[in-house]
Amino acid sequence: MNAPEPAIATRSALTLYGEAFPSRMLIGTAQYPSPHILAEAVRASGAGIVTVSLRREQARGRTGERFLELIEALGVRVLPNTAGCHTVKEAVTTAQMAREVFGTDWLKLEVIANDDTLQPEVFGLVEAAKILSADGFKVLPYTTEDLSVADKLLAAGCKVLMPWGAPIGTGRGLANPYALKSLRAYYPGVPLIIDAGIGAPSHAAQAMEMGFDGVLLNTAVAKAEDPVRMAQAFAQAIEAGRTAYEAGLMGMRDMAQPSTPVAGTPFFDLKRGP
Amino acid sequence: MSVEAKSLVDIVVNGEAHRTPAATLAELVHERGLAGQRVATACNGEFVPERARATLALRPGDRIEILSPRHGG
Repeated sequence: MNAPEPAIATRSALTLYGEAFPSRMLIGTAQYPSPHILAEAVRASGAGIVTVSLRREQARGRTGERFLELIEALGVRVLPNTAGCHTVKEAVTTAQMAREVFGTDWLKLEVIANDDTLQPEVFGLVEAAKILSADGFKVLPYTTEDLSVADKLLAAGCKVLMPWGAPIGTGRGLANPYALKSLRAYYPGVPLIIDAGIGAPSHAAQAMEMGFDGVLLNTAVAKAEDPVRMAQAFAQAIEAGRTAYEAGLMGMRDMAQPSTPVAGTPFFDLKRGP
Repeated sequence: MSVEAKSLVDIVVNGEAHRTPAATLAELVHERGLAGQRVATACNGEFVPERARATLALRPGDRIEILSPRHGG
C-alpha cells in the first residue's frame, strides 16, 4: 500500500469465501511477452488474486519452480485453475494436484465441453463442484449465465459464481447482458465475477455498473501492445464501474429532457418555427 | 550398489512411453531430476500425494502424470 485508500474503496472491498480484497480485479498469468512484464502487469492491475495452472513438466528445467517463485514474490492469492479438463475425473484429480503444489484450497473450476468454443460443460461442472466442495475446496466455478445451473452450483457448495462474459479469449465483452442482468438480480447476495470474454476496459466497466462483484480477465491485458498500461486501464475502469454502481445510475428515458432550467430562458417569448 | 540387474518397467510418463529402472513413483520423480521441486503426481488418473510416492510401486503400463506450476488464465 502506498497512497491511503479512500473510504469508499474500503467500503466496497470484494469478499470471497470470507476473505476481503481491496481490488475487484482478478487477473490471469498466461500469454505475457515476458515474466517481467507479467509481474509488472499484475502489480499495475492491483489485483489481489491471480490465476495459475498445472501442466506436464517439461525437460529437466526449473520452469515450474521459477514461475512459482515469481508469483510468490507478488504477494497475491493464487487461484489454480483446471483449464483443459473435459471430465469430472480429470478436473477432480487436477484440483487435488493443484492443492498440493500451490498450497491452497481455492480453485477456479473449469470443465470444458468443447475445445473450439471453450463452453463450460455444466453437468460435469456441477458434479465436480459437489465433490470438491465436500472435500474442502473453495470452488469458484467458470460457468454460463444459466440460472438453473447457478442454482445447482450453489446447492453443490459454491459460495461464488463466475459466469462468462463471452467465450474465453474472444474479447467480445458481455455477449448476453440481459441474462447476466437476470443472474445479478436473482442472486443479490452471491458474489458474482464475470470471467472470460472481456476485451476492453469499457466491457469491464459495464459489468461493474451492472452490479457484478468483480472481473477476471487475462488475454485483454496480456495481448495488449503495452500490458502494464492496459492493466492500469482495467483497474481504473473496474473501480469506476463499481463506484458508479454504488452511486446509483440514472434510469434511461425515451424522450429528451433539458438539463438546464427552462424557466428564465432568454427570448422565450419569441415565436419559433415556420 | 547392488550387483543384481535392476528390472526395467515400461510405463507412460506425461503421455510418452518410458522404460525406467525406478521401482517407485518417488524414484521416478528423482530420476527425472525433480526431487525437491514442487511437482504434483498422478497414477492412472488418481492423485498421488507427495508422501505416498515412496510406497507407490510402478507396474507395467502405469500412466503417470508429473505436473508443475505454469501460467494460467
